[in-house]
Amino acid sequence: MTLIELPPWTALTPALILALTALALFVVDSINPRATNRTLLAGTATAGALASLGVAVWFTVAGVGQAETGGAIDLFGGQLVVDGMALFFMTVVAVVTAMVAVASYDYMDGHAYQAEYYSLVLLAATGMSTMAAANSLVTIFIALELASLPSYALVAILKDNRGSVEAGLKYFLIGALSSAIMLYGISLVYGATGHLQLEAIANALGDAGAYSGLLGLGVLMVIGGVAFKTASVPFHFWAPEAYEGAPAPISAFLSSASKAAGFVIAFRIFTEAFPIGPMLELGIDWSFAFIVLAIVTMTVGNFAAATQENVKRMLAYSSVGHAGYALIGLAGLGAGSELVFGAAMMHLLVYGFMNTGAFLFVGLAEYWGVGRTFEDYNGLAAQAPIACTALAVFMFSLAGVPPFGGFWSKYFLFTGAVGIGSTSMLVVAAALVVNSALSLYYYARLVKAVWIDDPVTPRESLAQPTGLYVAILFAAVMTVAVLPGFGPIADAASEAAAALVP
Amino acid sequence: MMIEALIAVTLVGALVTFVAPNRIAGKLAFVVSLVPVALSLWLFAAFDGSGNALLDGDLAFESQAEWIDLGPYTISWFVGLDGISLPLVILTTVLTTLAIVSSWTPIDDREAQFYGLLLFIEANLIGVFAALDFFLWFIFWEAVLIPMYLMIGVWGGPRRKYAAIKFFVYTNVASLVMFGAFIALVFGLGDAVTSFALPEITEAMLTVGPEGLFGVDGTTLTSLVFVAMFLGFAVKVPVVPFHTWLPDAHVEAPTPASVLLAGVLLKMGTYALLRFNFTMFPQEVVTAFAIPIAAIAVISVIYGAMLALAQTDLKRIVAYSSVSSMGYVILGLIALTQFGVGGATFQMVSHGLISGLMFMAVGVIYNATHTRMVTDMSGMADRMPVAVGILVAGAFGYMGLPLMSGFAAEYFIFFGAFGSESLPYAPIFTALAMFGIVIVAGYLLFALQRAVFGPYRLETDYEVGRAPLHDLAPMFVLLGLIIALGVAPELIFELITDAVDPILEHGGDL
Repeated sequence: MTLIELPPWTALTPALILALTALALFVVDSINPRATNRTLLAGTATAGALASLGVAVWFTVAGVGQAETGGAIDLFGGQLVVDGMALFFMTVVAVVTAMVAVASYDYMDGHAYQAEYYSLVLLAATGMSTMAAANSLVTIFIALELASLPSYALVAILKDNRGSVEAGLKYFLIGALSSAIMLYGISLVYGATGHLQLEAIANALGDAGAYSGLLGLGVLMVIGGVAFKTASVPFHFWAPEAYEGAPAPISAFLSSASKAAGFVIAFRIFTEAFPIGPMLELGIDWSFAFIVLAIVTMTVGNFAAATQENVKRMLAYSSVGHAGYALIGLAGLGAGSELVFGAAMMHLLVYGFMNTGAFLFVGLAEYWGVGRTFEDYNGLAAQAPIACTALAVFMFSLAGVPPFGGFWSKYFLFTGAVGIGSTSMLVVAAALVVNSALSLYYYARLVKAVWIDDPVTPRESLAQPTGLYVAILFAAVMTVAVLPGFGPIADAASEAAAALVP
Repeated sequence: MMIEALIAVTLVGALVTFVAPNRIAGKLAFVVSLVPVALSLWLFAAFDGSGNALLDGDLAFESQAEWIDLGPYTISWFVGLDGISLPLVILTTVLTTLAIVSSWTPIDDREAQFYGLLLFIEANLIGVFAALDFFLWFIFWEAVLIPMYLMIGVWGGPRRKYAAIKFFVYTNVASLVMFGAFIALVFGLGDAVTSFALPEITEAMLTVGPEGLFGVDGTTLTSLVFVAMFLGFAVKVPVVPFHTWLPDAHVEAPTPASVLLAGVLLKMGTYALLRFNFTMFPQEVVTAFAIPIAAIAVISVIYGAMLALAQTDLKRIVAYSSVSSMGYVILGLIALTQFGVGGATFQMVSHGLISGLMFMAVGVIYNATHTRMVTDMSGMADRMPVAVGILVAGAFGYMGLPLMSGFAAEYFIFFGAFGSESLPYAPIFTALAMFGIVIVAGYLLFALQRAVFGPYRLETDYEVGRAPLHDLAPMFVLLGLIIALGVAPELIFELITDAVDPILEHGGDL
């Protein structure tokens, strides 16, 4: 009963808004390249991200691309698709981008290339948003590169800082390598099936029997590409280096939004192109690969995080651990469980708030210049109680302690995995519990440092940069607020998951 | 909507206090905390519930709204009060207000955060006693831990870091054990339950029982879950041998945190035991464990009292005496008689008041003398007559002097336990536990005689004088309540027995 029937391509509005904002920022910079009006630039970037967020949420609420309004919207001959999952991840990307843009206002104060910085952030966000909607191996690859190239530049943007440049170089080299691996995998899949569009690949699987070895190798290489983007073992080595060297808001951006985007392409490829039933007939059991990957990733990430002295590296390794938790969603797909798949989506949303917030707190500490180790953080709560309360919220939520959002998403991952009932998924569930219990140790250590320990050296009074505070408090409020609001989130995620799981 | 209002007012008050200027935080928190007191007293006046919340009772102020619907189970916002939870809610609100007033003297650093956390704990404690959905309850239950951890860790004594970590690790591990056991139980019940609402789970447990899980049959699963949940709650109570976190936490915690810790947090454990282990499980399961539980109760009474006897730190004495008093509660519960279980619930309230009073009195003396060592003190009665008088009165309450609430509570428990039919050797267990009273009287009188009476000989550089009125006022309120409940236990005992009787009926013991 709509008055005006919108053309189908408008379903991509959340991604288009991000792209247009990036272009607008370039225009602002071209008009007056010398003057850097930080307020204007950060304001434009934030407004664009918020507009994208608003549209994505509105579309989700209105049911665009969902079963009750006629199902997923296919665009451009099935190259892009807008459905519940695409909108869900567009929401995650947009909200993280908004927080990062607000926080960068203070963090990037005094650095060169302000306009370029914000437009690169928004271009990367456009890429991630498009990844959420990509429905063919070509568009997936293009979107992935669109997200990755600006990210390499962003990691290295503090060009006077050796760590930043080195991190950017490492990130670029490993990124290029894994892109090549993924592209090779894509070409093998194309060779075996003769298609690039995801459903077309699924339909052609029946005839691919003769090339099952080739296809299996292709799938393995695609998994490698996904593992790089999501910082999963064994392609996680870049993550601590890149996150540590990058400006803290960019670390937040990469570890939250970029990771979520990496998962959405994995979810889409492995539900649409390689449904588990036909793949098993070809002798390719990718769900087993994800079971192993999930257990190894969460264990390696958590054990490495527990031994760090540097807070940013601890968060980086913990982010590897959380990739392991989200991989449970893919591991459970083998049994066709929509509950565990939806739970992984919820976890990535909650993670978008709590992990972004945690990295932004590190950004705040860098802004204050208090140092990088746990010891340097000692006693910050006496001087900045509100930011440190927010930090406590993030830490306990990341550890999965009630009453914060992280508890719910981990609990649903756990019940989802147990509900499948297979022995291997029980092992995954047990690994989740053991790792969560272990992670409480190092997360609580940071809380203890800021709240309970006394400062090693006396500090001057700390400034309260507005942008960083706003972003951190927003993240903290949302980490708590997803608790009462978990009903609609769970509905959106499980509906989106149910639409994809055959 | 009254319970929601109560929790919301307290939470908002906590937030406002948390960010208020330190200068006014104490007074602000006091004013804020008067609202929940007034609301909870109104709840008492308007209470129209009957029966037990988990066993088809009519709840007061009930409200239920679907929260998360995912997979086979629904999670809902489900709160309501019955005769067991209402007194504990009032205990929480009153004790928090008094704890706030008693913090005005000792807390002089980061006041806003301190009072904010105090109010935050209050909101969650109300939630624990009002929640009737397992997840809602668990969230409140766990949310108490973090502020208490910070209160001990930031504002505590010299060994605060050790005590805070120990408190957090012990109680969190216990919660995980209990949580895992409960989830296993719900999975084991299969299709009989479709939500985490406690009344529904209770009904399923008492009618069909679990069908088993992962190759474990239903009967074994029930027993395993009973034991795991008992252990999980026993740490919180705490009973011997899981009590070692308690003296450390108490001694290092600032006075107001000790008041809430002993007054209300320990009751979370016994309340949960009553609600889960003793209500939800069929009585043959409970009675199968009667002897070990009664043994744990008696050991806690005697051993806790003996440990108290050996202490020289006044605060440690009071802390260990809690182990003893909680032992009585467990004994009353396992008796499974009207007076046993009702008396145990009454003791929860009574001990909350008396231990709160004792910790405040010790705190006031410590503020003046900067020592808690019984061996250092002597003749305090001359210098601080009012505070010492209250301390002595509290000690009498602990010993169970008639016309004080401690007497009523212990009398009910012993009366109920002695005549228990479901507990084998009930008279022997009761007699052993009663011997605890003698030791309690012994260590309290011994400590008082050394610290309070005799010549004054404390060597300090400053004047040890009378405590300010705002330190004494909360203790007078507590003393008034203790005497009121001692003279007229039926003020709340009828409410309690009304909610306790259905528990006994479903086992046929009444």
